[in-house]
Amino acid sequence: MIALLRNTWRGLTSMRTALVLLFLLALAALPGALLPQRSLNPQKVDEYVASHGWWGGLLDRLEFYDVYGSVWFSAVYLLLFISLVGCLLPRSLEYAKAARGRPVITPRNLARLPHHHETTVDATPEEVMATARQRLRGWRMAEREEEDGARSISAERGYLRETGNLVFHFAMLGLIIALAIGKMYQYEGQVIVLANGSQFCNSGTLSYDTFRPGLRVDGTDLDPFCVKVDGFTASYLPTGQADHYRADIEYQSGEDLATNTWRPYPLEVNSPLRTAGDRVYLLSHGYAPVFTVTFPDGQKRTHTTQWRPVNQMTYLSEGATKFDPPGVTDPAQRRQRQLAITGLFAPTAVLQGDLLGSAFPDLRDPAVAVDVLKGDLGNESGRGQSIYEVNQEMVDSGRLKRVARENMRPGETVTLDDGTKISFDGVQQWVYLQVSHDPAQVWVLVFAVLIVLGLGTSLVVKRRRLWVRAVPADGGTVLLLGGLARTDQAGYGEEFGRVTEDLLDLLGPEREHADAVTGRES
Amino acid sequence: MDINQTLSGYSDWCYGIAVGAYVVAMLFYLYEQAFGYRRRTTVRNRELVAVGAGSESADTEPADTEPADTEPADTEPASDAPTDERPADETVLERNNRAERIGKLAVSLTVFGVMLHVAALALRGFATHRAPWGNMYEFGAVLCLVAVGTWLVVLRKYPVRHLGVWVLLPVVVLMFLGGVLLYTTAAPVQPALQSYWLVIHVFTIASGSGILLVPGVVSILYLLKVREPRWSTGLAARLPAADVLDRVAYRATVFAFPIYTAGVIFGAIWAEESWGRFWGWDPKETVAFVAWVVYAAYLHSRATAGWRGGRAAVINIVGMAAMIFNLFFINLVTAGLHSYAGV
Repeated sequence: MIALLRNTWRGLTSMRTALVLLFLLALAALPGALLPQRSLNPQKVDEYVASHGWWGGLLDRLEFYDVYGSVWFSAVYLLLFISLVGCLLPRSLEYAKAARGRPVITPRNLARLPHHHETTVDATPEEVMATARQRLRGWRMAEREEEDGARSISAERGYLRETGNLVFHFAMLGLIIALAIGKMYQYEGQVIVLANGSQFCNSGTLSYDTFRPGLRVDGTDLDPFCVKVDGFTASYLPTGQADHYRADIEYQSGEDLATNTWRPYPLEVNSPLRTAGDRVYLLSHGYAPVFTVTFPDGQKRTHTTQWRPVNQMTYLSEGATKFDPPGVTDPAQRRQRQLAITGLFAPTAVLQGDLLGSAFPDLRDPAVAVDVLKGDLGNESGRGQSIYEVNQEMVDSGRLKRVARENMRPGETVTLDDGTKISFDGVQQWVYLQVSHDPAQVWVLVFAVLIVLGLGTSLVVKRRRLWVRAVPADGGTVLLLGGLARTDQAGYGEEFGRVTEDLLDLLGPEREHADAVTGRES
Repeated sequence: MDINQTLSGYSDWCYGIAVGAYVVAMLFYLYEQAFGYRRRTTVRNRELVAVGAGSESADTEPADTEPADTEPADTEPASDAPTDERPADETVLERNNRAERIGKLAVSLTVFGVMLHVAALALRGFATHRAPWGNMYEFGAVLCLVAVGTWLVVLRKYPVRHLGVWVLLPVVVLMFLGGVLLYTTAAPVQPALQSYWLVIHVFTIASGSGILLVPGVVSILYLLKVREPRWSTGLAARLPAADVLDRVAYRATVFAFPIYTAGVIFGAIWAEESWGRFWGWDPKETVAFVAWVVYAAYLHSRATAGWRGGRAAVINIVGMAAMIFNLFFINLVTAGLHSYAGV
């Protein structure tokens, strides 16, 4: 049993397994790029499933639309995580041991090393040793007495390589843990706010249009802050391409909430507001036509409802602005007289016949082409409905009837048969904001930076060894040098040559050239 | 900010001529590869000598004796040539000399192309008043420039000049596709791209990818050299020693990997600032991650018994495939946040 566990552990922590797991990780991540993902676009997933029959359903059951939360993807990275831990523990111990250890003993035959040099100098072995010690400052050295009165220095350098390697791998672990913590405590919410001084407060999930909490977030304990959107400006190139977006907002958080102090902030793309541990982003914008309905009894109602852009280049938008008749308490009566104004809005109108299109995304010549529907909007059906559409079921069943179709410019009014007047007053802008919270992301950044530093160090620094042996010869010393790069040999030949030359310069003239410095790159 | 269409026009001219220079350089490299035969027999003889002398890997010796840019080694070969080839020596020597000269001409042409390439990018930058890597056409241009630059650096350190044709081939194909299919008129970038991170992130990614193109190509050549498939025996014989190819691939990858890693991290920092999260498994991010993992596997494979050499080369090629897939398929076919300016 213990043998089985030990073998499993050994197998799991071997380099070969790590390699296979890395491949599996790459392979498992790939479907997320090729198939639509729920986390990015749930609508697309539904379409894909619907149009691919049993195959689409099978992929769904196998979690191919939630790759990064799937059992199999988690399994791969958990195994990799364990493998990483299992590899790092023994390596760290070895590293700690090596950090205190002495460089290895000088090999008997230095001439067999990839880099070596042999010569005879006039200096005594003691002088040679002293000079070598001086030249090899910065190297870790161990000096040893050998038989026959010879002395040698073993020197080693480049321990930072392993340091960098370990930093990289531990930072990897740290990053994964920080990611996991982030997944627990993060939240993300989106909300549309009219850019007319409307406010939004981060008080609970109900303030949002959509809200995605982390596993440990229930939405009751959000960081309190408020945002007021005073205005939105966009500038465009003549081609219609957007050049600049800016939402002028004011915000309050912390003590400002108690004193009701508003601080201004120009919210732009690439420049989120960071306050109270949260970030506020400007994601997109759109138009909200303003309609006023004057009911036959003289009562007026004005609604400004956001419509959604259907064309991102021209900002031709669609939507539905819905009205309840005022002062009608009987539900049956009310369901006869609800109104909806639905159709298209163009910021820069171009009419082809009666067909409204938009030529430019900016508000140059706004117009709407709308149907006015009267009857039962289906609000009491118990089913939620889109704010951008009327309930098609009601139209199909004849409970919601079209009573007018009109193209209107701001200020224009249309009068219905029953005397109801509908006027298109103008247009306001809305901004789509996102609030994000991730307390662990700064740690992710720290570990990411460590990853790059560790990686760079471990790939640049080379672990190399150098040995100097001084054998007393008549009146002088036979000097033997040997060098070995422990990892990547390239480039060590030059350094070895430099050290050799420096030593010989310091020691005075060579007595005879035994052989030239040989350096070899491999 | 107005776009200077005149400068942009000059930029396009430079781009076109640079591609032309690369194509001609390719032909010259090809000539050297095909007829610069003698030089390599010489090298092989020296290797034999060196191996016989008891060293285990003398394959770099040519690097020391034949630097690509110093005095020609063309006077030496005759002395090293095997005796049975003596009669043909003079013509072979002549042919060899010519191949050598043409190879050097190819390098000069490549340098000329690089200068125009740099000019094309600089002019586009001046024309648009922004970093000249704001759309796919420009990104491809930067990537290719870095790839050719990397190749010139490799040339100075390793005796692989005649392989130039194989490195320039993907560069020319990429630049042709970029110039013909992906060409975008010089224009400012949309608000999401107006950030200093455009300068940092896109440039590091383009550099990392550009450098990684070289080891990818060299790894393919390594496989040809080692496996010697029947259709390419002639080619394999003309390739440098497998060890040299392996080392070029490894050193370039090792150089590029931290850069690429940093590029991905810069991207995450920018995404946090622009899209509201530092990582969201956008298709581009996903495949960047996949490629990163593949290159990490490459580095690990070289420390694993039984995976060095051929298998490692295959992994490197898979890494390059992932990068190319990320550049083309993800941008053009899937819809993600990295789609800008229509492409």
